[in-house]
Amino acid sequence: MNTLSEDLLISRRIGLSISTEDLDAAEVAETNRDTVGDYTVFDPKITARDVNVFYGTKQAICGVNLDLGNYEVLAMIGPSGCGKSTFLRCLNRMNDTIAECRVSGKIHLDGENIYHQNIDEVLLRARVGMVFQKPNPFPKSIFENVAYGPRLHGMTRDIGTLWDIVESSLRKAALWDEVKDILEQPGTSLSGGQQQRLCIARAISINPEVILMDEPCSALDPISTAKIEQLIDELREHYSIAIVTHSMQQAARVSQRTAYFHLGDLIEVGATNQIFSDPLHPLTEAYISGRFG
Amino acid sequence: MTDSPSDNSHSVATETIRRSLARRYRQERHFRRWALSAVLAAASVVTLLFASIISNGYSAFQQTYIRLTIYFDPALISTPDSDPAADIPRVLITGDYQGLIKQSLRTRFPGIGKPREKRDLYALISPGAAYLIRDMLMERPDLVGSSKVLWVPADDDVDMLIKGHIRRDVREDERRLTDHQLAWIDQLISEGALKKRFNGAFFVHGDSRDPELAGIRGAAMGSLFTLGITLALSFPIGVAAAIYLEAFAPQNRWTDLIEVNINNLAAVPSIVFGLLGLAVFINFFGMPRSSPLVGGLVLTLMTLPTIIIASRAALKSVPPSIREAALAIGASPMQAMFHHSLPLAMPGMLTGSIIGMAQAMGESAPLLMIGMVAFVADIPQNLSDPSTVLPVQIYLWADSPERAFVERTSAAIMVLLGFLITMNGLAVVLRRRFERRW
Repeated sequence: MNTLSEDLLISRRIGLSISTEDLDAAEVAETNRDTVGDYTVFDPKITARDVNVFYGTKQAICGVNLDLGNYEVLAMIGPSGCGKSTFLRCLNRMNDTIAECRVSGKIHLDGENIYHQNIDEVLLRARVGMVFQKPNPFPKSIFENVAYGPRLHGMTRDIGTLWDIVESSLRKAALWDEVKDILEQPGTSLSGGQQQRLCIARAISINPEVILMDEPCSALDPISTAKIEQLIDELREHYSIAIVTHSMQQAARVSQRTAYFHLGDLIEVGATNQIFSDPLHPLTEAYISGRFG
Repeated sequence: MTDSPSDNSHSVATETIRRSLARRYRQERHFRRWALSAVLAAASVVTLLFASIISNGYSAFQQTYIRLTIYFDPALISTPDSDPAADIPRVLITGDYQGLIKQSLRTRFPGIGKPREKRDLYALISPGAAYLIRDMLMERPDLVGSSKVLWVPADDDVDMLIKGHIRRDVREDERRLTDHQLAWIDQLISEGALKKRFNGAFFVHGDSRDPELAGIRGAAMGSLFTLGITLALSFPIGVAAAIYLEAFAPQNRWTDLIEVNINNLAAVPSIVFGLLGLAVFINFFGMPRSSPLVGGLVLTLMTLPTIIIASRAALKSVPPSIREAALAIGASPMQAMFHHSLPLAMPGMLTGSIIGMAQAMGESAPLLMIGMVAFVADIPQNLSDPSTVLPVQIYLWADSPERAFVERTSAAIMVLLGFLITMNGLAVVLRRRFERRW
């Protein structure tokens, strides 16, 4: 089943041994890979402790501890194949859809272990929404794209309320003014940036508590990217957001905290301005200064 | 050209590319020409096929009829008056309707004394004409005792003469019609009492040993029933199997084995499925022989692999991002399948199913094994009645010695092709409708 993001595929194909060529091999080997910085927050929404992820026999994530606070944007950066997308996908159990993927450790959402057998994945995914790397609107009308979630979860039986939800979701996603007259047209007919905002509107239509974003701007032009970054900033008022990004500028612009992943390890985590101005770990420093990545 | 070495090498490179360009374009032109000629060859063969079938078969849609004035003689028909106690239709069944026709012919051509000539005269009319008169009388018993002008079907030899398939210019004993008969036919034609009319009987009758009475209805109904069962079983089972294997089945040695088996089944000769049907459905389960029920089951087995393989390919071609999007918003795996993946895969599934159904429709070998090759004159009324199907009917008629069956064979092929074209057209319409939904 080919449900892996490109990132994961690359990491699996070539092993987890890329991107370190510019560093001295000895330097990398000797570097202590224990997490530097305080991974806890005062008011956590999600707490992940000792998370390990395996694809078959290959370990993609090794003992990661990380918290996501309420109403904050947490950016995850790192070279390709470092496991940041994999970690993100653990938070709403999307990794369950990959047959050979195994997850161990504890991830708590509001103090509840989401990998406990009594937890319903469907409910979990309704609480933890996700936006993917490539815009993936349903091949249905714009209205149907946004209305699907509320209808699916029986949030309303009243068509008027449904319209209200669709309108407010599209407004929150800063898309309403562009599509209010063409709601019957297929979502796939929009431009890339509009499609991605439609996907964000779809994710927030069921009013989740957390939104996971997996490189949401990697397929977009700078103008669309700017719109989405502004949107993320606004969404922070209502949601907790974890975002994976390849762009360090983006991480610096939108996030309050930043976590740096390297070869499946969480190397450093801290306030965004501290990470970018004064990284503590040599690997972080090397990545930020562009020596690899 | 300059003396500069780098300029020189550039122009040499350009020249090389230019030369290779000419070659490449030539190859492309050649390829196009080949492709075009292949398409033309295919098209002309198809045209030839259709032309030969239609030119052979169109005459079957007409049939020679002879006008006779028939007196419904109460003496030859045991009427209700003669036996008031009896049930009217029961009595009418036993009447001598052949006698009525003979009487009418004798009145028409008086002065024929020799028994041999009489026999020749009677042979102008189809033996089935008597049954038509019987059926008419059973519907309207009040006609007994009156006279009526009727158009009755001529014998197939007369029909063949009128259609030009029997030559008049050969010696009498090499011809299927005697000189006397030719004279009578000419007389009938000159009086306007012998005409070619639309052969409605071909579409309403079942099979018959007499070509002029044989019709396609029985085989068409048999095909309809058989394909109905095939579609009703193979489409849902095939699609369900494809969905399970593609989206829900664990990836292990068992599912690998199943997959290999499905692929192998698609390549099994169809007659083997017929043997299986004979052994399992008829001998073991005791289902009625020659019935559309068993035929449909056998064709279902034959069609399933095609539908499963096509449906799986269609499901595979749906981008996984759609499924992920649905799961991420909280759809259960089944909802993701039925709300998103399945509608997107439906056009491909329909195409596969139609290919499978078209294959099943033209299949005759497995049906021979379960007895659908029997001569069945009655039109099947339900799924367990003995019947045959269009391709087998074509085979049966092609095997018959009468000249008139040649054109009927072609006509049956035309009906079969008509069915196929209708089915494919329906599939295209369905597919369009599904595609327009997104």
